[in-house]
This record gives sequence, C-alpha cells and structure tokens, in this order.
Amino acid sequence: MLTETDKYNVVQAPPGVEGSGFFATSLDKAVGLARKNSLWPLPFATSCCGIEFMATMASTYDLGRFGAERLSFSPRQADLLMVMGTIAKKMGPILRQVYEQMAEPKWVLSMGACASSGGIFDTYSVLQGIDRIIPVDVYIPGCPPRPEQVIDGILRIQDLVGKESLRRRNTPEYKALLAQYGIE
Amino acid sequence: MSNELLTYISEKLKAGIGNGLLKAEMAYDFPVFEIERDSIHLAIKLLKEDPDTDFHFLTTLCGLHYPDNKGKELGLMYQLHNLPKNHRIRLKTFFPVQDPTVPTITDLFPAANWMERQEYDFYGIKFQGHPNLKRILNMDEMNYFPMRKEFPLEDATRTDKDDTMFGR
Repeated sequence: MLTETDKYNVVQAPPGVEGSGFFATSLDKAVGLARKNSLWPLPFATSCCGIEFMATMASTYDLGRFGAERLSFSPRQADLLMVMGTIAKKMGPILRQVYEQMAEPKWVLSMGACASSGGIFDTYSVLQGIDRIIPVDVYIPGCPPRPEQVIDGILRIQDLVGKESLRRRNTPEYKALLAQYGIE
Repeated sequence: MSNELLTYISEKLKAGIGNGLLKAEMAYDFPVFEIERDSIHLAIKLLKEDPDTDFHFLTTLCGLHYPDNKGKELGLMYQLHNLPKNHRIRLKTFFPVQDPTVPTITDLFPAANWMERQEYDFYGIKFQGHPNLKRILNMDEMNYFPMRKEFPLEDATRTDKDDTMFGR
C-alpha cells in the first residue's frame, strides 16, 4: 500500500544514502523526522484562543493530519506547550511550573495577541506576554487566530523540531537562554 | 412603594442607631442610606434580625473611592435584599483613606467573607474581625491596591506602547 505514495500523503524520508537493502542517514535527521511528525501538544487554553484551538483539533481542520492529534494533559509526556489565551499574573507561576515539568526536548507556541503580548489587556492583572516568564519558539498573531494560522504555527514548530540537532539542548546558548529566565 | 420603604427603614434605623443614620434618600427607585462607620455593623444586624425588616440576604458589597471627598475618601456599599417582600436597599458608609478600617460583617453573613477579601484586595479596606483577610483575586506579591484612583489601570511593565501611538 505504502508504495502508492502519490495517493497517500506520506512524509518523505530524509536525504541519505540508499542502496539495495539499506538506507543510511544521520541520526539527527531520523530523530528529527520522528519527533516533528509525532508532537504531543499540551494545550494550556485559558480563553477564546482555546476555542479556536478546539476547532483546529476537530474534523474540519484536524491537526491529526500533522501527527499532533494526541494531546497530552500531563506536562511530563508533552513535547509542545501551546499557550492559548490571556495569562493573568496570578497564573504566571503555574504556567512556569507546567513548563518546568515538561521533559526536554520541549517547545513553546504562543497563540494569539494575549499570550504573545498581553493583547488588549494592558492592565495591572495581566501578564504582558508569556515570554516574560518562559522562552517561546513560535508566536501566532491574531485575536483570536484562525485555525489555518494555528496549523501554520504548528508547521513552523515542526520546522524547528525537524532541524534541531540532537545536542542543541546541551549547548551553552540554550543553557544561557534558560538561565535568562531563571530556569535550571 | 419605594418611598414608603425609605421612610419605614429610616424610622427603623433611627430607632436602632439614632444619629448613626446620616442620610436617607432615593437614588432613582432605590432607597439608599448613609450610615456612620461605627454604626454600620449594628445597622445591618438590626435590619437582618428584626422580623419586620428581615433583610436576610446580602446581595453584594463593594468598595468606593472618591479621592476628592476629603475625610470620606473610601467607602463601602452594602446591598441587602428581603426576598419574601422583595425589598431591596443600599447602605453606604464612608471613612478617611488614612484609616481604612471597617468592622466585618462575616459574623452576620458568612457570604461576606470573600466579598470583604475582594474589597481588601482592590481598595485596601481593612475589615476588623475578618477571619482570613488576605488577597483573593490579585497575586499575593502585589504591593498596592489597584482600584484606588491614584494607580493607573495600565500595566507599568509594558514597554511597547508610547504616547504617539496609544495615548499613554
């Protein structure tokens, strides 16, 4: 069945050396391919962006087509933290704790104006962007963004995941980034 | 009907707290009574426990801040309801911002517990005798009372807005 790849949308193998009975590529690329097509998102939905996310997960848009249909409601098993909605300052420490509980490698997607910048809630009780407490990989603009934009955001995350080298999380740059946020 | 209620409650309050009743007036169709801080607990207790008035339901209470009202900057509004007769009244009390203390009414209405915590949170009104007076909605680290008029609504840490674009 899988030989008829023109009928089924199958992820292509990474570049490598192919011969009779073997295929060789670098571990980075194979692992990146596996990771990017089996993301387990943790939805941290606090307001209307969460509703758009539900539409994104449902049949019309179907995030499952991109290998991300298995939502993880435990941070321990999640790869991708999707922050969708206004984060009150009181919620900040909780969001940070969820981020800290996620196992490496982990990515963060900030969906919508509120999560990215506070949005219209320029007020004393709202965190003015989640990047004040945790590092963010991809921002999705919009108030709220349409499901197409969410899918685009996931694809941008997939680009990052697929190209990430296996040792990136051990690099001094990455450690410095986390240290900047006071995260061990 | 409401005017009769105003007169009736005024008489009840005069009998109960005397000069503690400062003002009784109609705000549109709503009887409003201004009461001395020292008498507010007794007034609410009487209105609740008197079988004639029977205001046994605390609809809401909220803080007030009028910075220009010297000596009476801060205040509290209590809204009481008599469900069987459908009588509704407002009680107000004012006090200086330097001394924002009011007796708690949690002993009369346990539901006032969280409401009073909220008013402490936003206005810094200290309820004497409250069993657990700490912030309820804002984060514990907040070091001011955001609904007081001297504090700006906007988040002070936001850097991407300036006057030319957003009128800040």
